[in-house]
Amino acid sequence: MTTTVEAGPLEVTALRKEFPLLQQESHGKRLVYLDSASSSQRPRAVLDAMDHYYETTHANVHRGVYAIAEEATRQFEMARKATGRFINAPRPDVEIVFTKNATEALNLVAHSYGRHLLPKGKAILLTELEHHANIVPWLMLAAERGVELRYIPVGEDYRLDLSDLDRLVDGVGLVGISSMSNVLGTINDLAPVLEAAHAAGAVVVVDASQLVPHRSVDVRALGVDFLAFTGHKMLGPTGIGVLWGREDLLDAMPPFLGGGEMIRDVRLDGFTPNDLPWKFEAGTPPIAEAIGLHAAIGFLESVGMDRVAAHETQLTSRAIELLTERHGDDLKIFGPTSDPARRGGVLSFGFRDLHAHDLAQVLDAEGICVRAGHHCAKPLMRRLGVTATARASFYLYNGEDDIEALSDALDVAAAFFG
Amino acid sequence: MAGLEDLYREIILDHYRSPRNRGELPVPPAHRVEGFNPLCGDEVVVYLEVDDDTLTDLRIAGQGCSISQSSASMMSATVKGRPVEEARKLIRSFKAMMSIHEHSLGGEEGAEDADAQSEAETIKPEDLGELAALQGVVKFPVRIKCATLSWNALAQGLDEIAAGVPPAD
Ligand SMILES: Cc1ncc(COP(=O)(O)O)c(C=O)c1O
Repeated sequence: MTTTVEAGPLEVTALRKEFPLLQQESHGKRLVYLDSASSSQRPRAVLDAMDHYYETTHANVHRGVYAIAEEATRQFEMARKATGRFINAPRPDVEIVFTKNATEALNLVAHSYGRHLLPKGKAILLTELEHHANIVPWLMLAAERGVELRYIPVGEDYRLDLSDLDRLVDGVGLVGISSMSNVLGTINDLAPVLEAAHAAGAVVVVDASQLVPHRSVDVRALGVDFLAFTGHKMLGPTGIGVLWGREDLLDAMPPFLGGGEMIRDVRLDGFTPNDLPWKFEAGTPPIAEAIGLHAAIGFLESVGMDRVAAHETQLTSRAIELLTERHGDDLKIFGPTSDPARRGGVLSFGFRDLHAHDLAQVLDAEGICVRAGHHCAKPLMRRLGVTATARASFYLYNGEDDIEALSDALDVAAAFFG
Repeated sequence: MAGLEDLYREIILDHYRSPRNRGELPVPPAHRVEGFNPLCGDEVVVYLEVDDDTLTDLRIAGQGCSISQSSASMMSATVKGRPVEEARKLIRSFKAMMSIHEHSLGGEEGAEDADAQSEAETIKPEDLGELAALQGVVKFPVRIKCATLSWNALAQGLDEIAAGVPPAD
């Protein structure tokens, strides 16, 4: 891996060599990994960083005074700073909270902000295309507190229908919205939602699990209040997620989980919470995972997020073009097919009248990994009128050869099921 | 490694393409049970009518993959018109055939399947007729739930009828 940022299109063949997992075969065929929206693969640099940490530095953080403990703490906090810089957070050292995953980050906001700071009587506005991680925590809050939930609908063009936004946002205290759909690939236009929400006095929680791995995201420019994402979708390890929040909001919020690390003092009759961000990090944090995430961010930065985005936009356009050209009416894409810059590399589709699981099974036999199912977005699936779709998703290591392999495998499936 | 032909036998594809006993029955007198596969969102609805301890009629509705649909279709063709006791025996045998891997998956039916195994001594896979074609499914552990979906619904329906649960709709 080089540290200088290169220019021009990605060299996919060279890049792919950095990913050990992609070197193997599956069922005797080249393994074609088209499920990065579910979880990406890791480059050697991430695996090495974690191994190196465990082999040379590991000790618990914020506790020991000995050399390796101090070094572990330093590396852990450096990872926090790098993560904050990656999304242009104003104060990385206090505003970045490490969690287990994006789901926990969203639960943290629902639990702490939702239960304690959401003004009584205020509603919560979500969208119809949210992942369960950005619906269920709010449903739980609603069930407990009787909070009203509303949803921005998805239009026929697979984009959010904002025509009724002013009415929907009236009386709302919190808006939860994903920046990119993990089913449709739609990149949501956050600006009008943010403007309306802030005018109504609501805070905005953005589920950026699908966007941060693929586009450069700038929380200052966006003007959001909370942003959640997850390490394993952005070349990092599993077991680490990120919540960024505005400092004043995080400061006002009570802790979420209780235990070690998150306290300044504990007496038999009470406790004083720690400073930000540790107030929200109860127990031993994911140290090696943070270091792995730091390496993943370093990898993405050395490639350049703009090049990643350009590559995926181009690849997605090519995929839509090639698949519709070769499979015509046999293929139905659930998601926007025009304006590729406003959609990500996630293609949900139906093929003939085949069930997504049958399709995925045949594709698997051809070495191709796609997701099949409801993608943890059952309300959206109901809206689309399907129980399951197949989904191919792209990352920086995917190339046109992967799309051709997918297309060839669709022909195999068609022949197989007759 | 198991090949696709282990999973998709011709007879399975035949039942998938031309499902038997597809449809609904009026409730009541029929009993209606739903089965859900949270993994894929598949849903099977089994309508059954029991008269004089005999499964006089049975219909399958819902949607799902070829494995869940063909398993439901084969089940309907096998148990329709049979005495309830025989149907229960078939359920146990079928689930025993599927159970080996359900255990390793930590499926919640674990305990129940343990005694299904001994019961199954009475009906060997080769005596299950065309149902034996579904045996290949055990080589694809994530698909076992697809195959057992309708059978679990049928078992639940028979239990509810025996317990006098009023037919829900
Ligand atoms: C849009 C979106 N939000 C949230 C999540 C949850 O991520 P995690 O399972 O890492 O918490 C996912 C991943 O599946 C996702 O696609």
